[in-house]
Parts: sequence; structure tokens; C-alpha cells
Amino acid sequence: MLSATRILAIARKEFFHLRRDRLTGGMVAGIPIVMTLLFGYAINHDVRNLRAMVVDEANTSASRALVADAAASQVIRIVGRAGSPGALEEMIASAEISVGIHVPPDFEERLAHGTPPYIQVLADDSDPVVLNAMRGLNGLAVGPAARQPGAVEIRPLYNPERRTAVFIVPGLCGVILTLTMVLFTSIAVVRERERGNLELIITTPVRALELMTGKIIPYIFIGYIQITLILILGMWLFDVPVRGDLEDFYLGAGVFVISILSLGLLISTAAETQFQAFQMTFMSFLPQLLLSGFMFPFEGMPRAVQYLSEAFPLTHFLRIVRGVILRDASLPMLTADLWPLALFFLVVMSIAILRFRKRLD
Amino acid sequence: MSGAAPAIEARGLTRHFGDLVAVDRLDMRVPKGSIYGFLGPNGCGKSTTIRMLCGLLLPTAGAAYVLGVDVRRDPEALKSRIGYMTQRFSLYDDLSVAENLRFMSEIYRLPRRRRRPAIEAQLKRFRLKDRRNQLAGSLSGGQRQRLALAAVTLHRPELLFLDEPTSAVDPESRREFWEMLFDMVDDGATALVTTHFMDEAERCHALAILNEGSLVASGSPKTLMAELPASVVEVETGNPRAVREFLLRFEPVIDVAQLGSRLHALVTPELPEPVAVLAAALERDGLDATLRRVGPNLEDVFVMATQGG
Ligand SMILES: Nc1ncnc2c1ncn2[C@@H]1O[C@H](COP(=O)(O)OP(=O)(O)OP(=O)(O)O)[C@@H](O)[C@H]1O
Ligand SMILES: [Mg+2]
Repeated sequence: MLSATRILAIARKEFFHLRRDRLTGGMVAGIPIVMTLLFGYAINHDVRNLRAMVVDEANTSASRALVADAAASQVIRIVGRAGSPGALEEMIASAEISVGIHVPPDFEERLAHGTPPYIQVLADDSDPVVLNAMRGLNGLAVGPAARQPGAVEIRPLYNPERRTAVFIVPGLCGVILTLTMVLFTSIAVVRERERGNLELIITTPVRALELMTGKIIPYIFIGYIQITLILILGMWLFDVPVRGDLEDFYLGAGVFVISILSLGLLISTAAETQFQAFQMTFMSFLPQLLLSGFMFPFEGMPRAVQYLSEAFPLTHFLRIVRGVILRDASLPMLTADLWPLALFFLVVMSIAILRFRKRLD
Repeated sequence: MSGAAPAIEARGLTRHFGDLVAVDRLDMRVPKGSIYGFLGPNGCGKSTTIRMLCGLLLPTAGAAYVLGVDVRRDPEALKSRIGYMTQRFSLYDDLSVAENLRFMSEIYRLPRRRRRPAIEAQLKRFRLKDRRNQLAGSLSGGQRQRLALAAVTLHRPELLFLDEPTSAVDPESRREFWEMLFDMVDDGATALVTTHFMDEAERCHALAILNEGSLVASGSPKTLMAELPASVVEVETGNPRAVREFLLRFEPVIDVAQLGSRLHALVTPELPEPVAVLAAALERDGLDATLRRVGPNLEDVFVMATQGG
């Protein structure tokens, strides 16, 4: 028989702490905003608007069409014309431009006889991103098809899975929550131990399950606030489409949130100080960040690593969130990823409660 | 009182921390309805003993029965019946006085109707009414202790453990605190109080003096004073430092306590005419002092019990 009075008393108290602790309160909104902006803008795998110059020594209608096609791709932005190939090289060296396009005088003849290269693309390959982008652009000159509008397509070559913010932002919900939820809960418990509050609490008749349940309730709300914030930012700044049912999304997110909150509680039973809680949170965060399929495609990982990451809540949540937000999947279609989250919650929460001793030693 | 089951009974209670023996084979018996004082120098094991009695620390050896409950077996059966005021303030600094009390009233599951009146009564009793919305962290040391006391007595526990409840409290509040404690005991509660104040110790029904983890003296203050195994000679002198040093080196003197400008020399009871012997010795050494035989006070008992070891 759990006491609702006690659970609510603990939850309310926790809300008071959050309201009065400016730093944590700031982190509730600050971490999602900063991380969404960082990941959304900085880790933008779409290469756009590389500064480029052209030397068109052929200056025929075909060569002009080709240059126009290249510009239309928006991978490059043509900022001017140069006098000679040598001038292009100099400007790349001085980092004025990233790309130089040289159309040789015999462009039409080469095209007619089918003797490539038809054109030369100079790329600043000190930046691998540029080089990769140019490999795509290179396809321009491969044949007469280049002149057909729309036939030229710049494909993101080096990781089609994660090419835009559209893909990153939904996953970010999971990544950010994996960090903040675990951090907040583990620190909330350890802080009480450090400040001596726990000595009083464990002298009262409160039960471990009541204490733990009361502790996580406020953070479920916080989790929802953060998810909503990230989603709004994603929709507003990065045009992330929300194709699925928001209800499904929030339900799935709820299961995910309680599963990682239980991880925070487990950490709090092992950490002695807030700093240790912080360290352990990071230790649990890093493998999830790297192996869940957020940073690197899941399919590319060795089998053993794949099995390991099946144990991470983030792995399953990424599939749920991408399914619902991007592919309009409904929750029943995602049970394969929901039950592992529920199982994780039950197992980890049980261990946390068993490990929590109403003792000082 | 003597026939009833005791509130606390400990036998051979022992606690080690690694190599350190914090509490060493402690036997104690606290009758219900009494105030039991716990005395002893810093680090002698008072807090550790209380923690074992509350079920927060497992004894390394020995047994303790608190309100009839074996604390090693079933500490949870005890928790709603006791109140423990920790030595360090352990309520929430970032909650207000009223919020802290409300939290405790709910944790102890006071019936909903009784919560508010109980909190109001405590605020009044502990003179915290005008502080109700102040954050606990910004209270003065004494106000904080009053709040802690209000919090642990909210659920009317049968047994109170108070670890230095008045260490930061002004004399006026200390007097009130003791009156309150007597009120509660009159209502049937029992209290175990640690203190470093002799005037407080003197008000307890019974005392235990600990030294380095061992019980070195116990009994009512009266008995302890009456049965002090030493004669007490009060020494008045203009040069207490030199006199004290001399007396400490003088064979029949066990220890010397300083009480303001006066010294209390504790002399072996075997020595006949202690005043004359000491006076002669001091005079031989050219030290000027007035001596007279006095009855022992609790300070003497404390010094005697905790000296050297
Ligand atoms: N958790 C612990 N780990 C190691 N040693 C401890 C621990 N708790 C207490 N001790 C040691 O046990 C001894 C008794 O400590 P305790 O706190 O019981 O003393 P005390 O009588 O309450 O002292 P004070 O008057 O200063 O409050 C001390 O030497 C202390 O350093
Ligand atoms: Mg102590």
C-alpha cells in the first residue's frame, strides 16, 4: 500500500526545488535550445552555397547551360568570373572561394568526341566536406544529359541517412532527454544525500518506492516541456515536418522518459557526490549518443555493438520518434520498440529500489 | 516507572568504522517517560549510537530494542513512532518554514484534517509564526533548530532523539525548549538528548557519559555527583595557570577543572585532609591560593569520567 499523500508531498517538494534553483531551472529550457541550435545548424550535412568562380573559355550555349545547372543545384553559389585557371587556383589557396569551375576552350569538341574530362572542377579539398560535395558536382559533365534540366541531381554522398536537420531534430529529442533527465534525477537524489536531507528522510516511515515515484513525477513534466520545446524549435527553424500523430508521439515519449528517469535513479543509488553523479551520467550518455544510431548509421555497426545498443533506451526511442514524426507510423506499429523501453523501466527501477537502502552505511 | 518495559534497551551495542571503534559494547536502559542525557567529548560516539538506535546504522555487534522493536530486524516498524532531530540541520534550505512542516506532516501521514491545525500549533509553540514564509536556509541558527524541533515533534512521537538540539539556541529559547521537553514527557513521551551543557545535563532524569565509544558513567545527576570517586577542592587564586599546572603534576590530584577564575581539583578519595595537603604543597612552591572543600558538581563528574581514559 503506497501512500499517494507521501508521493505527492515528495513531488511537490521537488517542484519547489526546481522553481527555486535557478541553474537547474535554466537548464530545463537552456539545454534543449542550445543543443537544438547547435545540432540543427552546425551539424548540418547539407552543403550549400559554396563560393565558386567560373572560367568559361568555351563560352558556348552548352557551356553556359552547364554552369547554370551547377548553380541551380545550390551546392555552389557563383560569385564571379575569373580570367584564367591559374587565378582560380590562387583564389582557392587564399580561401576566397571553395570551388573553381574551368570550362576548357575545346569543351564542345570533347563533348562531341566523348573524350573526358569535359570540364575541370577545382575543389578546396583541405575541407573534406567540400571535396565530397564536388564529387557530386562532377557528375555534371558526364554526358549530354547534363544539358537536360532536372537531370542533374546532387546527391548527398557521405551519409544519406542523416543529411538534414529534418532527420536530426526528432532524434535530438531523445539525445537531449537522455542527458538531462538522467542528470536531473541522479543529482536530485545525491544532492539530498550531500546536504544531509536523506538522514532525515530515511528516519521517516516513507518507503523507497514512494520516494522514487515522487522524485520522478516532476521530471516527467520537465521531459515533456523539453520535448515540446525541441519540436517547436525544429518546426520553426528547420521546417521539421510532423507527419504522425502528436498523441502517439507524446505517448511514446512518456514511456521513454520514465525509462531514462529510472536510469537516473539507479545512478543516484551508486553516486556519493553530485560530481560522481555527473560523471556517471556522462558515462551512460556517451555510448548511447555514439551507438544508438543518432551519430552513425545503426546498420554500419558490428553485430555485437548492435546487440549492445538494443539495450539502450535511446536506440528504441530514435526509431519511435523517426517513425512517428517522419514516416507517420502509429504507435501499434512500433510496439517492437515500445516494449523494450517498458522492460528497461521495470528492470532498472526495480534494481534502483532494491539498491536504495534506508540506511547510512 | 521501573516495572514497565523500557523505551530503549541496548546490550553490548558496538559499531566499528574500519579500524575505529566508534561505539564500544554499550549497555543502556532508558525508562519510558524520562529525559535521558547523552554526554561526552566530540567524537565519543553519541551520534553514532543514536543512528544505530534509529535503525540508520547497523550495529557491528550487540543488540538494541527501541520501543520493543529490534532495530536490526525491523527498523521500519519504528519509524512512525520516533522523531530524530539530526545534529546537522536536515530540513530543506530552499523550502519555507511552512512548506517544510507541511512536507513532514504529509510524510508522516497526519490525517488531512489535522495537518493544518498541527502545523499552526507548532508554529506558535516554537515562535515561528512570523517566519512561516521565510526560506529555512535564511533562518538564524537558533530559529533553524526550533524549526527542526517543530518538524520532528509534529507527529507526536513516542520517543525523541535530539542530537544537540540547543547548540545554537539562546538562553531564553533554551529554557523554553526544556520546558517544552518536560511538557512532552509529562504527556508520556521519552527523550534522549545529547548536549555539551552541564546545566542541561543536570535537568535530565538520567545521564550517560561516553568517552571514546565506551560508557564511563551513568545514573541520575544526583547519584553521579554523590558517588563521584574523588574529593573536590575549590581553589581560588590570582594565578590559575601556574596553580593548575602545579596541581596536575601533584600525585594525589586526578584532574583539574577550571570554572571561571576558580579551579576544581579532583583528589583521590583515599587522601585524608585533602585541603590541608594541597595547601601545604602549594605554599611550599610559593603559590598563593585559598582552598576549601566543596561538594562535586556535574562538571566535576564529567571531567572525572572523561579524563585520560
Ligand atoms: N560514517 C563514518 N565513517 C567513518 N567514521 C565515522 C563515521 N561516522 C562517525 N565516525 C567516527 O566515529 C566517531 C564517533 O562519531 P560521532 O559522530 O558518533 O561522535 P559524537 O559523539 O556525535 O561527536 P560530536 O559531539 O562531535 O557530535 C568519530 O571518531 C567519527 O570520526
Ligand atoms: Mg554528534
